[in-house]
Amino acid sequence: MKRLVSKVWPHAVLMFASIVAIYPVLWVVKMALSSSQRLDSSPSPLPKELSFSNFVAVTHTMDSAGHWLFGRQLFNSVAVATATTVVGLLLACTAAYAFSRFRFPARDAGLGALLLTQLFPGVVMLIAMYRILSMLHLLNSLTGLTVVYASTSVPFSTWMLKGYFDTIPKEMEESAYVDGASRWMTFWYVVLPLTRPALVVTALFSFMTAWNEFILASTLATDERYYTLPVALQQQVGEFHTNWGQFAAGAIITSAPVMALFYALQKHLVGGLTAGGVKG
Amino acid sequence: MNRRLWLPALLCLLALPAAAEQRTLKLWHSYNDAEAKALQDSIDLFEQQHPDIRVEALSTPYEGYASKLTTAIPNDNGPDLFIFAHERLGGWAKAGIVMPLDKKIDNSYWSEFFPETIAPLAFGSLRYGLPLAFKSTALFYNKALVAQPPATTDELLKVAASLTGNGHFGLAYQADNFYYHAAWYIGFGAEPLDHEGVAHFDSPAAIASFSFLQDLSSRGILPSEPTGSLITRLFNEGKAAMVINGPWFVGEIDKSVNYAVAPLPIVSATGRPASPLLTDEAVFISGRTKQVDDALLLAKFLAGRESALIRATEGRQVVANRLAWEDPRLANDALLQAFRAELPTATPTDNRPEMEDVWEPGLLALKKVLRGEATPAEAARAAQRRYSIIAKPTPPKANPVPFIVFAIALALGLVAFAARWIQSVVKQGEGKNAVLGWTWVGPGMLATIALIFVPFAAGIVLSLFSHKNGEYTFVGFANFLDLITAKGFSLFEPLSFYYALVVTVAWTVVNLALHVGIGLSLALVLNRPLLRLKGIYRVLLIVPWAVPNYITALLWKGMFHKQYGAINGLLEWFGFKGISWFGSFGTAFFANVCANAWLGFPFMMVVCLGALQSIPRDLYEAADVDGASSWDKFRHVTLPLLKPALVPAVLLGMVWTFNQFNVVYLVSGGEPDNATDILISEAYRWAFARQEQYGYAAAYAVLIFVLLLGWSFVSQRIAKAAEEGR
Repeated sequence: MKRLVSKVWPHAVLMFASIVAIYPVLWVVKMALSSSQRLDSSPSPLPKELSFSNFVAVTHTMDSAGHWLFGRQLFNSVAVATATTVVGLLLACTAAYAFSRFRFPARDAGLGALLLTQLFPGVVMLIAMYRILSMLHLLNSLTGLTVVYASTSVPFSTWMLKGYFDTIPKEMEESAYVDGASRWMTFWYVVLPLTRPALVVTALFSFMTAWNEFILASTLATDERYYTLPVALQQQVGEFHTNWGQFAAGAIITSAPVMALFYALQKHLVGGLTAGGVKG
Repeated sequence: MNRRLWLPALLCLLALPAAAEQRTLKLWHSYNDAEAKALQDSIDLFEQQHPDIRVEALSTPYEGYASKLTTAIPNDNGPDLFIFAHERLGGWAKAGIVMPLDKKIDNSYWSEFFPETIAPLAFGSLRYGLPLAFKSTALFYNKALVAQPPATTDELLKVAASLTGNGHFGLAYQADNFYYHAAWYIGFGAEPLDHEGVAHFDSPAAIASFSFLQDLSSRGILPSEPTGSLITRLFNEGKAAMVINGPWFVGEIDKSVNYAVAPLPIVSATGRPASPLLTDEAVFISGRTKQVDDALLLAKFLAGRESALIRATEGRQVVANRLAWEDPRLANDALLQAFRAELPTATPTDNRPEMEDVWEPGLLALKKVLRGEATPAEAARAAQRRYSIIAKPTPPKANPVPFIVFAIALALGLVAFAARWIQSVVKQGEGKNAVLGWTWVGPGMLATIALIFVPFAAGIVLSLFSHKNGEYTFVGFANFLDLITAKGFSLFEPLSFYYALVVTVAWTVVNLALHVGIGLSLALVLNRPLLRLKGIYRVLLIVPWAVPNYITALLWKGMFHKQYGAINGLLEWFGFKGISWFGSFGTAFFANVCANAWLGFPFMMVVCLGALQSIPRDLYEAADVDGASSWDKFRHVTLPLLKPALVPAVLLGMVWTFNQFNVVYLVSGGEPDNATDILISEAYRWAFARQEQYGYAAAYAVLIFVLLLGWSFVSQRIAKAAEEGR
């Protein structure tokens, strides 16, 4: 009897937790698949009907010139999130490597400064960021958004990667130097491949942050052709009423790619996230 | 020249001058659906008549539309024209965002519109904007239930009471929104703002209107927590006999409902008609446009008869153009006529910037009355108190000279320090190392400095200014003084910095405890050897992490709704009574915590899981040999080895939770009465509501930063001590 209990309770706990974890998501799916725009009060998370009208409405938007707006906004989201990830990661991994391996004046000050940025409350920075981008003529541009997202992702990514670099033994690099490789080549061909788990996780974080952000995106873009998907989604929440059905469909379309990516990469998550942390 | 290129090149040459001559006008609006389509049809017609002008219309999400205009136009990134309600006119006229039209338009032209729609577009002695449509509330009634619309409030009470009971309500409207209540407020003889721009929520007339609301609510005539969608549903199901709502409601009524629209009743106590607020939607010309003539042409077209007809018939707008109403299509439209009939009794929303300070205290009074926790007089006093905090006058101008001197001294000091530092680096022969290190680190640091440090520094400078409606005044440390003294009001009520700080700390501690507690427990269970279905559980359990957190937040807000939320649905299913979650501090805080715990535990779970997996199995085996209990193993093997991974994750999680804006702002929205607002959401409210007091918000942010900085020093000490003690 006791053995049976000890076999069953972990499953009971995990099953309960899993239900709690997916219940709200099922609720959204139900709302998206209904043909109405209202919230539903019944606690059952199973869809009552199978209507794709909300999905059709959300994906078939057009701009004033008659071009396919949803397609354009999807492209914006993909382009900005990808570019942010690449640029942010390039900036962060060189910095992280230097912080991990080199001893140079004001190194600690630099590291401290990066940590400090995590304490800045974002709200007040919005106004100044707008001014700066306006001066650089980068409003209503994907480049502008990328520049902002990539820059703001640098501190966190740098710290994550630095933690991981710290755990990689130096011997391989030293033997590369002996073989006459330059610093850059050693970094690029020897060290970076070893950092893959952490790079993957950091890239995933950058991508997710850029993909999901909407406060900056809606402030910095004043032309709907430059909106990203979350901003377009926000349009469903109106002054007088909210199109819940379309909002739910939009929410699913917006979160599906990141969720897919998240799951594709989740096996790296455990290793990449903690390996750096273990060393502190 | 290559033959094949010859023809296209010539065509290009011919086409060039034509393309160059076409001018582009940018027009912003926030219309959706039918209204947006009607506007676009009007624009298409305009483009046909003026082939040399192209109009780029942009629909902007309503949320944030106003602040977008106020940031974009002064920076020359705005539209040439925009459509907006008249309410913000005062502030915008002062800031030069809108252009006065008196000199540009003949005096006789204005007679094309109802005079009631022209008056709200005046500020000072000038007129800005051409009226397009007006919106006010009116009484919708279900003809099957109500034979004759009530003419007075006494009649309304009688009819409504007779139709109430058994899940049916005599009257439904968004009673907790001051916009709707204003009809009674004015009908009972109170003014939202007196002629000096001051509100008096505690005037006898105002209190009488709150008493009327209390009457409606305590008799059960009104549904509780009446949101827009609940009202729509009740009316469509025939469970609400009468509804007070605006023209936008028409599109949501099912075809099966036989209804009509009537003017709001006369307030029996005063003999005056209940006077709904009038929103005058107008097309404004940007104060910064370079194409004044074209913009004027388009504005006149949009306000003109032809476009008004399209907007009325297709977009179902109650248009301001008088000539359009002569058309039989409008003259015979009972619905539009019913809303038009409200025009003489409606009161235009005050367009002075001071009006912005009225909504929040008004809402506070209404909620207090509806929750039954205060008498009308008490609620009125609470609202007046809140009003005096928000509308506290700008602090006096301070002398900027000492600050400038200090800033210059600081800059010189920094330069001198940097020079000395470089010198010492070179002297010590570290120059080469410095160049190497900083070339690698440089690009990343540069980006961080340009887009994080500079904006934050700008925020610090901003905290020394007071900002209201585009006007900056240098006030020195007055904002900080106001914060520290809670503007001279009680330190222990919402809106006081100290109160919000206590809530924020409680919020952070509770959430972290839950994140670590749940995350660690699940990780321990998942990490049991020989557990089946491990992969599936793990996949399901990290779902909350993968969902974007603003979607999560909106979702939980819906789930906690009193009438149609899933949580109350579940409670009722188990035989409990539904709870009004956002009605008291405890339950609202609980709702916020639920949402945040849900979205945050997977991160901690994954961190713990990673760390657990790296603990060598033989340590446990050794402990088994020593006869250790499972608690001993957890206490002496697992926990110490988890710590190095857990401590940084907890510290990071702490900062994130401390500044977790999305959840608090979107789930409880600070309800009840801003009691659940944390520091960052309070700061946001000062910055983007309450007359956009950026300076005060910036001071908040600086203080939040200082607090976190102080805390991180302390926690570093603790972490170090723990490390050494190990």
